[in-house]
Amino acid sequence: MASGKTFPLNAWYPAAWSHEIQPALAARTICGKDIVLYRRSDGGVAALEDACWHRLLPLSMGRLAGDQVVCGYHGLVYNSSGRCTHMPAQKTINPSACVRAYPVTERHRLIWVWPGDPALADPAALPDFHWNDGAEWKGEGGTFYGLKCDYRLVIDNLMDLTHETYVHSDSIGHDAILDTPFEVTHTDRSATMTRWMVDIEPPPFWGRQLGKPGRVDRWQIVTFQAPAVVVGDVGVAPTGTGAPEGDRSKGVNGAFLAAIAPESETSCHYFWNFVRTFRTEDAELTRDLQRAHVNNGRGVYDQDHAVLEAQQRAIDRNPRSPFYNLNIDAGALWARRMIDRMLAREEEKSAPDRAAE
Amino acid sequence: MAEAIDWREGVIRATRDLTPRVRLIEIEPKGDFVQPSPGSHINVSVMIRGRADVRSYSIVGPCSDGIYRIAVKLLADTRGGSAYMWSLVPGSRLTHSAPANHFGLALGRPDYLLLAGGIGVTPIFSHALALAEAGARFRVVYACRSRGDLALAHELEASVGERLDIVLTEEGRRVDIAAAIARLDPQGEFYVCGPIGMLEAAKRCWGASGRPADRLRFETFGSSGQFPSVPFTVRIPRLGKEIVVPANQSMLEALEASGVEMIFDCLRGECGLCALPILKADGPVDHRDVFLSEAEKAQNAKLCTCVSRVCGGAISVDTADR
Repeated sequence: MASGKTFPLNAWYPAAWSHEIQPALAARTICGKDIVLYRRSDGGVAALEDACWHRLLPLSMGRLAGDQVVCGYHGLVYNSSGRCTHMPAQKTINPSACVRAYPVTERHRLIWVWPGDPALADPAALPDFHWNDGAEWKGEGGTFYGLKCDYRLVIDNLMDLTHETYVHSDSIGHDAILDTPFEVTHTDRSATMTRWMVDIEPPPFWGRQLGKPGRVDRWQIVTFQAPAVVVGDVGVAPTGTGAPEGDRSKGVNGAFLAAIAPESETSCHYFWNFVRTFRTEDAELTRDLQRAHVNNGRGVYDQDHAVLEAQQRAIDRNPRSPFYNLNIDAGALWARRMIDRMLAREEEKSAPDRAAE
Repeated sequence: MAEAIDWREGVIRATRDLTPRVRLIEIEPKGDFVQPSPGSHINVSVMIRGRADVRSYSIVGPCSDGIYRIAVKLLADTRGGSAYMWSLVPGSRLTHSAPANHFGLALGRPDYLLLAGGIGVTPIFSHALALAEAGARFRVVYACRSRGDLALAHELEASVGERLDIVLTEEGRRVDIAAAIARLDPQGEFYVCGPIGMLEAAKRCWGASGRPADRLRFETFGSSGQFPSVPFTVRIPRLGKEIVVPANQSMLEALEASGVEMIFDCLRGECGLCALPILKADGPVDHRDVFLSEAEKAQNAKLCTCVSRVCGGAISVDTADR
């Protein structure tokens, strides 16, 4: 990849949780594009360029009038397609006046925007994030808005769980993670890291969830969907009950969910959740699990947060090719290969096709 | 606030006459190529009587081979930009901008009506190709004086087939804009590029249909009027000046050349910054802008000096000087 770009634009990225988008103006920066989001009266979501055509004031500083945005500076009005419908002190409207409208879709309790070429925005390209629907799997997550690292560092982090042993030694870390071989496979849009730790002492967190004494089989099946979604199917079952063979009925199954949107080359919004299929009606457990992940700096994800931002600061200060790779990085490297491939395709599409002549 | 133009160097790769008065010009950029979106234009630097000036031309087609294509109609009685463009030959150098778009196409609507008049076909051609590619429902109406004036009609027909309706004055036909709008889905959009008369008619019919104004999209080039461009005289009593505007110069240019200080921006009759109050007009005022409403034009209280003219005789105007 010659361009040095870090994220493809022609992709769906999460911009907000559904509940965050009300009939009110909400500003987000996705892939370097300033976007203002709001919910229309028909329940749909509008995503407009967050800069007035006239003098570039962020429209998010204006107000909503019905389904239209009124600029807070001179009162230019834009409809939800980004077209100017009112200009002050004149009878007509300059036909050039409009702001960009971004393709936007709401699915799996998230609002997704497409910062690239609208002609290519294909709802079929939305990542599978159904674990977040709140139906079969239960859990409440959150967002690290403006996490100060390249979004790919988050993907690296999730695609290689050996870090749990060192970063999360008090909860989910375990030496068995280091000793157990893993397998990495891929399709043309996804990469999967699978690790089965058979007949081990359960780590503290999983021992509590299982609520039974004895040794367990533990699985981590982490799947990346290009460019920025990671879903980790994780859990434990008592050893000998057949989990590795496909029967997980005696165990407990969770999934960590990550949908990431680059904010800039070196910052991102990290939408996370931890969902489960056990004790799904237990609201207290839902709250506890949410707190276990993010809790004023003491949660599992807070630990990652500190590592990721420190890593980005170090990369910024060491402009050499930043990484050496270990065999544990195979999942992350397949993920990056797919991102690079998307970037190359995007470059090819915008570059002239001189060879065709 | 004028846009800063990012100038680049290009070389004319080839030219081809689409009609006796419309020439397709292929520009090979020397630096990077920026993929134009449908409806985009590029600015080019032209030399007119030894002075550099800027013209905008719509890009023709998707340019997937990395060559910008524009179609330039040679206009005899205008300011000289088209004559300069026609002087270019393969190998000539041309300073141009990256593509920009003031006439963007919104995809995802249930239906579209595209209307082109004369050389206004250039952006409409790109829109039609993009809609065909997207599998959208649309119709194109292309109006021209005579068959000999049709540019890009074969290419358009090849891409959109029966969705193209060619309406020729020489065959006694006129575009029935109201009927075309009536056939359009209520959620559909209407894109127009053509002479000012067509544009005004389109606006009138669209307004009469009760459809929301923001679904009518149009682009003008400010060079067409109800009347031919002829010389006229501008009197400015406040400054004691009398200025003759030749047929091939805009009123704004003539005023500036005579030392009248003006402010302006778009130079195509959209923004209204260059409008001056009319004190008296001998001949008919040829309003070629889209800034003033039809009612305002009828009042003749102001004119946009970048594009509008008087058809013979003299006009007295006031300026901002105090």
